[in-house]
Amino acid sequence: MPPVNKNELSRRLVVRIVGDSGQGIQMLGKLFSEAVADEGLRLGTMPDFPAEIRAPVGTLSGLSGFQIQLGTTEVYTAGGAADVLVVMNAAALKKNLPHLKPGGILIINSDGFNRRFLKLAGYAEDEDPVADIEKAGTYEIITAPITKLTHKALADEKLPMKARDRHQNMFVLGLLAFLFNQNLDLLESRLREKFSRRPEMTSRNIKVLRAGYHFGETAELIQRPVGSFHPTTPPENAQYIFGNLATAYGLMAASARSGRPLFMATYPITPASDIGHILARLQEAGVITIQMEDEIAAIGAVMGAAYGGSLAVTATSGPGLDLMEEAIGLAVSVELPLVIIDVQRAGPSTGMPTKPEQADLLAALWGRHGEAPLPVLAPATPDDAFFITYEAAHIALEFLTPVIVLSDALIANSARLWTPPHLDDLPPISIPWWDPKSSAVYQPYRRNEKGVRYWAVPGMPGSTHRIGGLEKEDLTGAVSYEGANHERMTRLRAEKIRHIQQTIPSARTEGGATSGPLIIVGWGSTYGAIREAVEHLEQTGFSVEHLHLRHLHPMPSGLDALLDGFETIIVPEHNAGQLAFLLQGRFLRKVCSITKVQGQPFTPEELSRKILEAAHACVKK
Amino acid sequence: MREEVSHHHFTVKDLDSGQEVRWCPACGDYAILKQVKNILPELGYSQENIVFISGIGCSSRFPYYIETYGFHSIHGRAPTLATGLKVTRPELSVWVITGDGDALAIGGNHFLHVMRRNPDINILLFNNQIYGLTKGQVSPTSPVDQHTPTTPRGSIDRPLAPLAVALGAGATFAARTIDRLQNHMADTFRAADRHRGTALVEIYQHCVVFNDEAFQAIYDKNTREENIVLLEAGQPLFFGKNNEKAICLEEGKPRVVARNDCETGRLWIHDPTDIGKALLLARFEDPAFQESTGSELPTPVGVLYQKEQTPYEVSIHGQLSRPYGPVTAETLERLMFPKKT
Repeated sequence: MPPVNKNELSRRLVVRIVGDSGQGIQMLGKLFSEAVADEGLRLGTMPDFPAEIRAPVGTLSGLSGFQIQLGTTEVYTAGGAADVLVVMNAAALKKNLPHLKPGGILIINSDGFNRRFLKLAGYAEDEDPVADIEKAGTYEIITAPITKLTHKALADEKLPMKARDRHQNMFVLGLLAFLFNQNLDLLESRLREKFSRRPEMTSRNIKVLRAGYHFGETAELIQRPVGSFHPTTPPENAQYIFGNLATAYGLMAASARSGRPLFMATYPITPASDIGHILARLQEAGVITIQMEDEIAAIGAVMGAAYGGSLAVTATSGPGLDLMEEAIGLAVSVELPLVIIDVQRAGPSTGMPTKPEQADLLAALWGRHGEAPLPVLAPATPDDAFFITYEAAHIALEFLTPVIVLSDALIANSARLWTPPHLDDLPPISIPWWDPKSSAVYQPYRRNEKGVRYWAVPGMPGSTHRIGGLEKEDLTGAVSYEGANHERMTRLRAEKIRHIQQTIPSARTEGGATSGPLIIVGWGSTYGAIREAVEHLEQTGFSVEHLHLRHLHPMPSGLDALLDGFETIIVPEHNAGQLAFLLQGRFLRKVCSITKVQGQPFTPEELSRKILEAAHACVKK
Repeated sequence: MREEVSHHHFTVKDLDSGQEVRWCPACGDYAILKQVKNILPELGYSQENIVFISGIGCSSRFPYYIETYGFHSIHGRAPTLATGLKVTRPELSVWVITGDGDALAIGGNHFLHVMRRNPDINILLFNNQIYGLTKGQVSPTSPVDQHTPTTPRGSIDRPLAPLAVALGAGATFAARTIDRLQNHMADTFRAADRHRGTALVEIYQHCVVFNDEAFQAIYDKNTREENIVLLEAGQPLFFGKNNEKAICLEEGKPRVVARNDCETGRLWIHDPTDIGKALLLARFEDPAFQESTGSELPTPVGVLYQKEQTPYEVSIHGQLSRPYGPVTAETLERLMFPKKT
């Protein structure tokens, strides 16, 4: 057996847990992550599950996985290859063994390796994969009959087998808790809190959790205390947050800061639905959420609420965005503030509903007929979803425009430590209200110095007026088919959006450099992978800069000049090269594109390799 | 909801938006606009608390011609905007202006769902059985065999009965009126406003250019009384030149008989709270239904059905434990800075 760091683990550690969907793997991952966060470690997580609620048991397609990277200092992704891999059955082993580092720890549920499971996983009759792996000696193997031991732990409970099976995740949680020398009492109190409404569930979970922990003790497994990591002290109030939750908080913060009530209308769609669920639960917040009959109705209701003066929001994914585009065009035309959150997933069409992709960028920018420019923003990390969503609402309300936020399935369901800001530290939001006391006649398309029209909403006396999708006469808003007016209005709408550039930070590289041989330009959820890849490349002696675009339209000022300072520009993204296309078109310069559309994000290792390849292959400008 | 004393009293004249009305001469829309304007000042709302939301089509130009708040939206979607507005601003009087194509073809889905949700809004459905703005194509309410540019050999699709569709979807107020009946229209609009919930008013509306003949039988002074039956709560369904005909219920089926030939007890007395009868009334013009009854039934005009049902926005606000309003700093503080366990 090769040497493993027995007592001192590397600065970063990746744990991957894989089982059947329906085995509670996501819940297990979440609880383990919370326990890790309690120890003050930084973490990044990533779920990987099928779209089907209960995919066929034991099969490759039915696998549900959860990966977490923990570290003593800032972590940006769920990492690449795993240091510890837990497999609940043969299919999980078959699909995930290539993701385990040589010398890594492999935890096997031996009950998931009987003849039936081996066959379902596609192993031949005479194959014994566990024995083969043991023989090869590449990994440190821990075998436990997890299913049987879970059943035994619940022996005195009157429960059908299936119900017992559902507690296997707690055994793994207990086993991991022992392995990483975590505080069992703290875990138990977390479980009590989580299942406070179902005490019988808590007691069962705790029984199995202890069984897992004690198995580790009895089997005399070597402990690898995560505590010996000596994490740097996390900031006060730091907490573990998923992208979708951060998005919901960002919207609420914008409501508080703008004084506008928050209204959300949605139509259920993976992976965006959670944002609506979170807000729907918070009835004490004075927020209204409604479910409509389709995405067209959702955006319609949002438009109605915006027209009445609410902070009006919807959350959807690609297929829903397609349906909403006509209404978004209307919002561009009438100039009303909407926030549209597109949690991107792999497309086209239904595609791979639970898998991330970044392929809606050009649809967000140009998916509408006619000249219909609008701001497009994208969070870089799950915690950044809070700030980007806040900013989206801020821009929508100050510039009376629909704004699209491009999140994705990775950001939505991944978690990072987040330090919540205090409300007063967020920029104030000032709305271009029409002053009803004004002696002037209200004109719905008269604009302020930023090119934004003055806003009067129903109920304001003295400013009754009509808006609509027909072209409007400048200032008065009366219907106009006059050519010169249409051109003027087209220009005014575009200028207003361009003006937003003055309110966003100018372009800046992560390291602060303004010139060099190589720059990586990314956007959205690739931030972590690029960041870690760049760190790795720098450690191995390469000079690389990283620029991450959180504003896709308008882009930050100074971007052109900044790109000018670098000899080679590489753009990695989870699509067929949409940002690369955009930068080439906008700035007329050579851009080298790295793309991946496998429904799986770049891992940092993969990306650093591809960056090196591209830097060699790509012709310099 | 409604102001007891209007602080900003306004008159019909104040409702002139100054826009040139661009409907065809003699279009039925003029009469509808006139009656809406006539009744608005008496309803008790401030002028700025009235909102008209329309979709796309000839009728949907309506908001431009009336000095209230107005929103000319996109094809078929007006009920969704009205829902979002009413839920967030329940104090407003919200009117949806739509047509047969707008409400029942492209907007069919929303038409169903707004009925079952029942927000307190009024929907005026201008039914001229044709597409006017796009120059005369067949609509979801056009009769079979209508010859139009898209159906040069006659249309095949059977027409929808808008009120039957609405009642099927759970409408709490369904009425029909006719653009030629000025007073009846005004009364129906008043009743729609009084109803707490979604009030659907189907208006048979004359399209002079593309469907001039559609309502010939009920427009013509000589035949009108033979072809219309006026619905009044508690009154029997008599009609005809001298009110000499009656709708009689025989074996559960409505039949047209001479007034004196209908036994007492079988005479159809209008009860707008009876959903079963309302569903039959909504089918009176359906050829298949007429065939099954063996009678040529007249067009019912008036309130077919009305039911008290808590409006959508009232239920929504009732589920909130804090009134709808900006999120408070305290709420956010509690969520974003949870106490460490």
